[in-house]
Amino acid sequence: MTLSLKVAGVATACSLPLGVAVAYALARGRFVGHGLLNGIVHLPLILPPVVTGYLLLMGFAPNGVIGAALARIGIRLAFDWKGAALAAGVMAFPLMVRAIRLAIEAVDPKLEAAASTLGASRFWVFVSVTLPLIVPGIIAGAITAFAKAMGEFGATITFVSNIPGQTQTLPLAIYSALQVPGGESSAVKLVVISITLALGALLVSEVLAKRVAARIAGRDA
Amino acid sequence: MLEIALKHRFAGFTLDLALNAPGGITALFGHSGAGKSTVVNAVSGLLRPDLGRIAVGGDVVLDTEAGINLAPHRRRIGYVFQEARLFPHLDVRANLNYGARFAAPGPGVIRFDRAVEMLGLGALLDRRPGALSGGEAARVALGRALLSKPRMLLMDEPLAALDSARKAEILPYFETLRDEVKLPILYVSHAPAEVARLASSVALLEDGHLRAFGPARDVLADPGAAGGFGGRAAGALISGRVVAQDSDGLARVETAGGAIFLEAPSAPIGAQLGLQIHGADVTLALARPEQVSALNILRVTVLEIGAPDGPSVFVQLALGEERLLARLTTRSVAALGLRAGLECHAMIKAVSLASQDVTQRA
Repeated sequence: MTLSLKVAGVATACSLPLGVAVAYALARGRFVGHGLLNGIVHLPLILPPVVTGYLLLMGFAPNGVIGAALARIGIRLAFDWKGAALAAGVMAFPLMVRAIRLAIEAVDPKLEAAASTLGASRFWVFVSVTLPLIVPGIIAGAITAFAKAMGEFGATITFVSNIPGQTQTLPLAIYSALQVPGGESSAVKLVVISITLALGALLVSEVLAKRVAARIAGRDA
Repeated sequence: MLEIALKHRFAGFTLDLALNAPGGITALFGHSGAGKSTVVNAVSGLLRPDLGRIAVGGDVVLDTEAGINLAPHRRRIGYVFQEARLFPHLDVRANLNYGARFAAPGPGVIRFDRAVEMLGLGALLDRRPGALSGGEAARVALGRALLSKPRMLLMDEPLAALDSARKAEILPYFETLRDEVKLPILYVSHAPAEVARLASSVALLEDGHLRAFGPARDVLADPGAAGGFGGRAAGALISGRVVAQDSDGLARVETAGGAIFLEAPSAPIGAQLGLQIHGADVTLALARPEQVSALNILRVTVLEIGAPDGPSVFVQLALGEERLLARLTTRSVAALGLRAGLECHAMIKAVSLASQDVTQRA
């Protein structure tokens, strides 16, 4: 439970800045490789999670390309909770990017043009106009991503296995509980926790969605 | 003050013009699709023209040949858009202050308090843009541009999205702005009445080319250019001073060519007025007409007869030092034998001089 929150929290927090940057690039950028970037971002959504997990394992295992480099500076991902966070982050990333991208696309580029004629550089236009207008979208994206990260199963079990106390997140624990005779009662407990967390996340994102509408319409919140 | 030379090609349309606008309000007039917005967007830096050179007060902001193209935020050119484009997440005060933090310290063209007072924004400062009417939002947008310490302003049909009551509400603010804040303004419009009221210079744009450019008075009284404003709306500007408000509600206005009577209830005695006399409201007679209802009968001399546009033609008349335009049929011109130098009488009904064509000038 705590491990799950930690894994999902770290996954969401670490991928958020990158998610905003990628969403902005996809929403506003015109560059070579736009379609490619879009494809790569969405890949975890289309691929079977097991495949994603296996690809992560190949890349980040201690003898993998990136894993070897990380191992040299003392970071071990495979079969570790940090690896679970990576798997959850990668799987949740497309959902996060989609939510933020929608929010950015809802911002009228005319407002950004107006800001630039008032003396704001591209950076300041983003910080003072675009970003405040998409904050609710960012939060909604983060919550969706958090919920997805909490429930991530296939990539996690493939990449970091199912080690109690280390990589055994909530869904993995439910699965394990169902594998042993008489484990139903602890599985039910975990299921209830899981449902509560999911509903809570949904509720919060609904409230925020309403705020988005109000904010973009410029009404008093 | 503002030097513009542009060449820009769109699908099936080429913009090609050069003009050197002096200070004051330069109106860029033209019908939809004439290329007006392209010109202001190029000046602001929001659009990069194929070829061109733009300089503001001698500072080059764009020179495609020299590879100079300043980003919009480095140009210090305020822009008032057709839609107010206020930032919805900021209240009115923060919208007004938005530009100041990016500008160099030091006094701008107007202080915050004065801008708020001049534009009547005092009661709105804590409101959010979503809670403003169209007219209020337009005023805030104007204040926001002024307070960004610009060296000139662009206005792209700032009144076009407003109904006529709101327009009448905003126009006086623009007049105060023109008379108080000496900021060069490039004002895009396709409403001849706005041009006549506000502009000191007029550039008439047609299909991407400049048809006429010069002081407002000259361009509006040019029989060759008048057709570009639309036959019904074209008319020369004359100025005069209110010398009496008669008991029947008519004002007597002394002009260089004699007295003119019209309805101007808000103008005090002594006020300087500018009035646009629409060419279609002017009737010519060779002999002084008698027993007619028209109150204003002025002695004029025919100066120039423009090129016919279908069955009608604009005739330029001298009224003392002032110029008048009359829109007549070619048939009447032939029947009266009008030619340059002929003296005749111009009749203008007092009621056709509507209040929206009358401006008080400082």
